[in-house]
Amino acid sequence: MRRDSDEIPDPPELSVPQIELEGVTKIYGQGEAEVRALQGIDLKIHEGEFVAIMGPSGSGKSTAMNIIGCLDTPTSGSYRFSGTEVGELNRNQRALLRRNYLGFVFQGYNLLARTSALENVELPLIYLGLPIFERRQLAMEALEKVGLKGREKHGPSQLSGGQQQRVAIARAIVTKPEILLADEPTGNLDTARSEEIMNILTDLNKNDGITIVMVTHEPDLAEYAGRLVQFVDGFIQSGEREGKDN
Amino acid sequence: MFFETFRLAIHAILRNATRSFLTVLGIIIGVAAVIAMVTVGQGSADQVETEVSSLGTNLLMITSGQASQGPGMGGGASASFSLKDVDAVETEIARVSVSAPTSARMMTAIFGNENYSTSVTGTDNRFMFVRDWAVTTGREFYDSELRTGATACIIGETVSTKLFGNGDPLGATIRLKQISCRVIGVLESKGASSFGTDQDDIILIPIRTFQRRIAGNQDVGMIFASVREDMSTEKAKADIENLLRERRGIGFGEEDDFNVMDMKQITSILTGITAVLTGLLSAVAAVSLLVGGIGIMNIMLVSVTERTREIGIRLAVGASEGQVLLQFLVESIVLSLIGGFLGILLGLALAYLGAILLRIPFAPEASIVMIAFAFSAIVGIVFGYFPARRAARLDPIEALRHQ
Repeated sequence: MRRDSDEIPDPPELSVPQIELEGVTKIYGQGEAEVRALQGIDLKIHEGEFVAIMGPSGSGKSTAMNIIGCLDTPTSGSYRFSGTEVGELNRNQRALLRRNYLGFVFQGYNLLARTSALENVELPLIYLGLPIFERRQLAMEALEKVGLKGREKHGPSQLSGGQQQRVAIARAIVTKPEILLADEPTGNLDTARSEEIMNILTDLNKNDGITIVMVTHEPDLAEYAGRLVQFVDGFIQSGEREGKDN
Repeated sequence: MFFETFRLAIHAILRNATRSFLTVLGIIIGVAAVIAMVTVGQGSADQVETEVSSLGTNLLMITSGQASQGPGMGGGASASFSLKDVDAVETEIARVSVSAPTSARMMTAIFGNENYSTSVTGTDNRFMFVRDWAVTTGREFYDSELRTGATACIIGETVSTKLFGNGDPLGATIRLKQISCRVIGVLESKGASSFGTDQDDIILIPIRTFQRRIAGNQDVGMIFASVREDMSTEKAKADIENLLRERRGIGFGEEDDFNVMDMKQITSILTGITAVLTGLLSAVAAVSLLVGGIGIMNIMLVSVTERTREIGIRLAVGASEGQVLLQFLVESIVLSLIGGFLGILLGLALAYLGAILLRIPFAPEASIVMIAFAFSAIVGIVFGYFPARRAARLDPIEALRHQ
């Protein structure tokens, strides 16, 4: 009911990685102003993984996240999402991928101002075309999952940073996505709040089987992940493949 | 989905209620102006029509002088008519049933402490016939009064009110310059004419009285002629022209020094003027609609810039280009429809006020209201499309970074 399957590729075979980047480069600008954000990276992530991406700022990790999240396309190289070549999709097809398979959590929460927690969580469901009754129900369930039951009516300005980020997580998972992309989800939070957020993410990964890709600066948080991918200067230094020893 | 978009648009408009109102003010004024112009224009056109039909389409008006008359074309003003001309028109032309003489002059009428400037018209009882105008209280002129040039007068409703208030004017004596005349009747009320002049603002006296005591000559200024039922007005007109040419000694090939007008001509002149005025004013009003549309575009562009981050969020959670485009397009359409709706209300109110002030019928037309509504929707689409497309084409990454 929630998949517009005629416009979206078939479900993946088990052997195909969910996310597969091959020789992906991303170049911004031209000539003198040219910036090589990604200089040819290979990365495979399988269903159910929890991957942490680390690296100094400017190392290309956010660019990689944008490409994985189908918000951006590679300059060259190939990105296959469950076997589908994303580079060949147009804007609307990528929007459909995001709508149906991906959830985003940002450092700055990115909630709609002057809009209640419930309505924020409902937002992706509107674009899925669900009727209001169903939207309400799914949004309530998602809010309950992140421990915000009873706060549905609160707007972002009435919620703490940690609570706002939990609303954002609820919004990301309300469509029951296959992959959750978190770009420094705890960047604005203290240690205790960060731990709460990480526990929620871990739970989603373990119990709901959602693949999680998280960018972080903090080695402590990377510990929660099953795999660490290290970015340096637009290359991947370590962690291209599954397995901690990489 | 559409309902959701609509709800969202209302939400966004109400969030900036003051700004939204100022934005649509241009549309409100434009639509109101067009509606008011067209409605008042239609009202006065209707007024002309009723008035002409009340005058009777079989009425001809004969005036001396000609449109093309100028220096060197016979030297001086052309001669007026005489009472003999009036009788000749009536008796010698079979197609004319009755003709009436009139000569008029603006004069001050005095009764007691009241004085009032009005049109004093010398005529006879045939005037009441050709103008289809009844005396409601009192009586018409006696033949003896007409023959001798007695100082009796019949007054219009307005004159009666101005000089006598609620009192009874019958038998009273009013002064017109050096003559005193007795009121013998009051005319039924006819209301305003198409130019807004009050037809009831009139005093009738016998034509001979007018000639001797006021004008001091034997002239008749204008002749009304009533064409018989079922007879061609055109042919009657030609008959009169031939007769008068003969009587006035106008040779073959010379131009008429008089003018015979029928009501159709007068109607077309009046409605023509009204149509041109209405058209011009409506064009000006339409320009203000255009300006209103640009105002909407401006505010929508501001809104898109302001809400860049919101758009980024929507795109990130999977809104397609079309969905974002629709959201902003619906918002601008709703905005301009609100303007159109308020404009229609204001326009009709203004037109109603105008109808009362100008004493013309209030003639709202469903078609112009619907056109105005449709037009404001089109303004919303045309001027909302560019900002909406800009929103839809935003790069989600850039939009999310926007502060």
